[in-house]
Amino acid sequence: MNRQLYSKLIFDLSHEGRRGYSLPEFDYGITSSIPDNLRRESAPKLPEADELTVVRHYTNSSTNNFGVDTGFYPLGSCTMKYNPKADERAVTLCGIGHLHPAAPASTVQGALEIYHVLQKYLSEIGGMAEFTLNPFAGAHGEYTGLMVIRAWHLSHDGGETRRKVLVPDSAHGTNPASAAMAGFEIEEVKSMPDGTVDVDDLRSKLDSSVAAMMMTNPNTVGMFEKNIPEIARMVHEAGALMYYDGANLNPMLGVCRPGDMGFDVMHINLHKTFATPHGGGGPGAGPVGVRAGLEKFLPVPRVVRDNDGTYRITGLPDSCGRVSSWLGNYSVFVKALCYILSMGAEGLAKVGPLATLNANYIMHSLCDLYELPIKGPCKHEFVFDGLKDKSTGVTTMNVAKRLLDFGFHAPTIYFPLLFHESMMIEPTETESPETIDAFIDVMRTIAREASETPEMLIEAPHNTPMRHPDENEAALHPVVTLRDLCSKQI
Amino acid sequence: MNQHHYLPHTEADIARMLARCGASSLDDFYSDVEPDLRIKKPYDVCPGMSEPELDAYMRRLSSANRELICFAGGGFYHHHTPAAVEAITSRSEFLTAYTPYQPEISQGTLQYIFEYQSMMAELTGLDVSNASMYDGATATAEAMIMAVASARKKRRVLISATINPAVAAVVGTYAAGAGITVETIPEHEGITDRTAFTEMLGSGDVAGVIVASPNYYGILEDYSGWADECHAVKALLIMNCHASALGVIRTPGEWGADIACGEAQSLGIPLNYGGPGLGYLCARRDLMRKMPGRIVGATTDADGQRVFVLTLQAREQHIRRQKATSNICSNQGIMTLHAAAYLSLMGSEGLAEVNRLGSEAMHSLAEKLCATGRMSLLYPGRTFLNETAFKINRPLDADRIIDSLADHGILAGIKLDDDAILVAATEMCSPADIDRYVSLVNNL
Repeated sequence: MNRQLYSKLIFDLSHEGRRGYSLPEFDYGITSSIPDNLRRESAPKLPEADELTVVRHYTNSSTNNFGVDTGFYPLGSCTMKYNPKADERAVTLCGIGHLHPAAPASTVQGALEIYHVLQKYLSEIGGMAEFTLNPFAGAHGEYTGLMVIRAWHLSHDGGETRRKVLVPDSAHGTNPASAAMAGFEIEEVKSMPDGTVDVDDLRSKLDSSVAAMMMTNPNTVGMFEKNIPEIARMVHEAGALMYYDGANLNPMLGVCRPGDMGFDVMHINLHKTFATPHGGGGPGAGPVGVRAGLEKFLPVPRVVRDNDGTYRITGLPDSCGRVSSWLGNYSVFVKALCYILSMGAEGLAKVGPLATLNANYIMHSLCDLYELPIKGPCKHEFVFDGLKDKSTGVTTMNVAKRLLDFGFHAPTIYFPLLFHESMMIEPTETESPETIDAFIDVMRTIAREASETPEMLIEAPHNTPMRHPDENEAALHPVVTLRDLCSKQI
Repeated sequence: MNQHHYLPHTEADIARMLARCGASSLDDFYSDVEPDLRIKKPYDVCPGMSEPELDAYMRRLSSANRELICFAGGGFYHHHTPAAVEAITSRSEFLTAYTPYQPEISQGTLQYIFEYQSMMAELTGLDVSNASMYDGATATAEAMIMAVASARKKRRVLISATINPAVAAVVGTYAAGAGITVETIPEHEGITDRTAFTEMLGSGDVAGVIVASPNYYGILEDYSGWADECHAVKALLIMNCHASALGVIRTPGEWGADIACGEAQSLGIPLNYGGPGLGYLCARRDLMRKMPGRIVGATTDADGQRVFVLTLQAREQHIRRQKATSNICSNQGIMTLHAAAYLSLMGSEGLAEVNRLGSEAMHSLAEKLCATGRMSLLYPGRTFLNETAFKINRPLDADRIIDSLADHGILAGIKLDDDAILVAATEMCSPADIDRYVSLVNNL
């Protein structure tokens, strides 16, 4: 990564009269104009630049960015595994680029086959009856899944009184936020000292007002919820459904299926477990799977395969509704399908155990210097509660920033909220033992620095393109556009 | 064990690492998973494919698709994607990064989001933009939720019948979840019924009004005075516009709208069979703290450099949980880079040119189709740009036109009903393509 900040904006490079586009000069033999009252008063102020200027600008800007291709990215609960290049190329090879989503089904059979095959594979891997691929992201999947659950309850007597969704206090923030958007009240279920769900607390909160229990397994501290069969039984007895947050599915590959654990509805983050790139925030995909009996509540449109082997798009009378304009982030499906095809059953079965091996190896190699609040074999990730030696004044934030100096991305920090100095580390299976060892060495170096030169750590990072942004100022006086910037002159 | 090219661990590596963990096998890590729960047999998926086999599989799928010359729109348009945009968005420093939580090593991402926000604010004529929503439909649903959150106790929202029905359906789904009542303002000859709007607004408790420009039929409606009427009863005016058209049409800001939202796939994003597109959401400054999703702001660092960070995060789910403005976490990320790079190359002149070409292509097609006597404008006398609806004269019908033209390599449009079709054109439709469309219709 380039240590010098490339701070120009494309607007700084604009020069009147330059042009970066190339369009045909078709003569349609007709002119059309927009009446004055419907036309914008002045042209938008956009950059004027030649093609090289634009390309060079973004290329330089990219050198200040850190991706999985740049280095190790142990960001907990984000599953930053390698994004295969063949999967990127496949989007072009499979020929969906110029397909309009309203094209007749007969002309897009290849595209529809992608949807069908991927939904079938995900159903097998999730232990579900059927999937929709329409949701755009993990949180959107949660929302969709909850709307399915809502529709299922409404189809039953007394369903409208089930207003509550239970979430463990260690849950991802999207869980309660999605439940709130779907119109539910949220009640938190306590964790035990070992980070797993407190079954007694859950029992006390289960009644006929509960619509669903949302869980991720393994949970956000990387522990397998071993009471899951008991939890599922209790929740089902109360007439509620079990929702599986697939953000932590990776370590379960080859080991255990959410459907077999007793979950009724789940989502999968294709941009985590199925290796599609995170794109600096998206696009992802959050397919939602349901067990038998819930299929008819899935969102529309649906892709179905007829007996003659052809595919078509259809509606569903009892659907929970529509959650997307078309069929979702299609090119993401192509990449996820490629990943499955490339790994095959044998390769997929290794993913969970190897991701878990990497995580346990790091945990064992560092737990003498970092506080491990929850002991026992973790799964794909684990949480340290800061440095073991609390006398140095060095915080999790300082450690995270110091890691950047050494060319590693920081772990997820200050989450889960169960501990004050949470540092959530998820290495994934695609990192080689050498990379893992190098990370361990650096973490040990940082722990030594914490006792020898704590002030140096507190001032970290030192080697990044920028340091210590004034985030308070950014929030107090937001400057969010070029126009703001010009009036404020930063 | 076959060594897979994405999995680096050798048997020897595994043995060494297990030893440090005090484990004798990988299975030891799963001792807490009851045997009953364990997978008993391999996944019923394909055996692994080599890269050449994978490429061949994808090419086979491609041969089962037929690329048509695209005269369909409905929110997704076939525009040219400049090669430079593809080159920029495939930079893996951008593509393989996560959400920019660590600004020190994410200035590339943060900078392009800031540029994107600036450009979208400029296009919509509003003050602020967020860092994207999933698509135009979910952006509109979130705009509705913003309006209701701003109105405190009012939970009624009006939506024009002239908006894209898929957008209306998604808005309806979100409204059902959130306990919001959505009522449809009827249409009259292709535009929103102004009298009905005034009456429905006057009956009280309206938090927001959602209209479209251009509307689903491609028509530019005259919204003079609508914002004032909304504001008189403290309702917000929300405008759904497709982004490319904003280069030339009267902007939501100029109409006095409070929120602009919609689909920005038209900014040169490939069709990709419907996704990923790009939902955008812009608003007046005083609504910024009610906005969903990421927002990037400029600030200074310890060395006085101008830098960018995620800001106002107290609105978001990872901080506020169920009290957040939305559940959105992943957004459309790299698609905002696509939009920023596209708009940088096009400039306002290029954007105007794309609109001019699309509009002339569509007007030319309309004139020639009407001359055949087999189709006529569904709503004559209205202003449209690159999209408009046609009435089909019997014995022809929409299915017959769409199916026959598809057989000849042309996607004729989107069926509205048996006797009506929605047709769009862009700079990708040459005068020869238009003549071919017309002659195929003539020969039916």
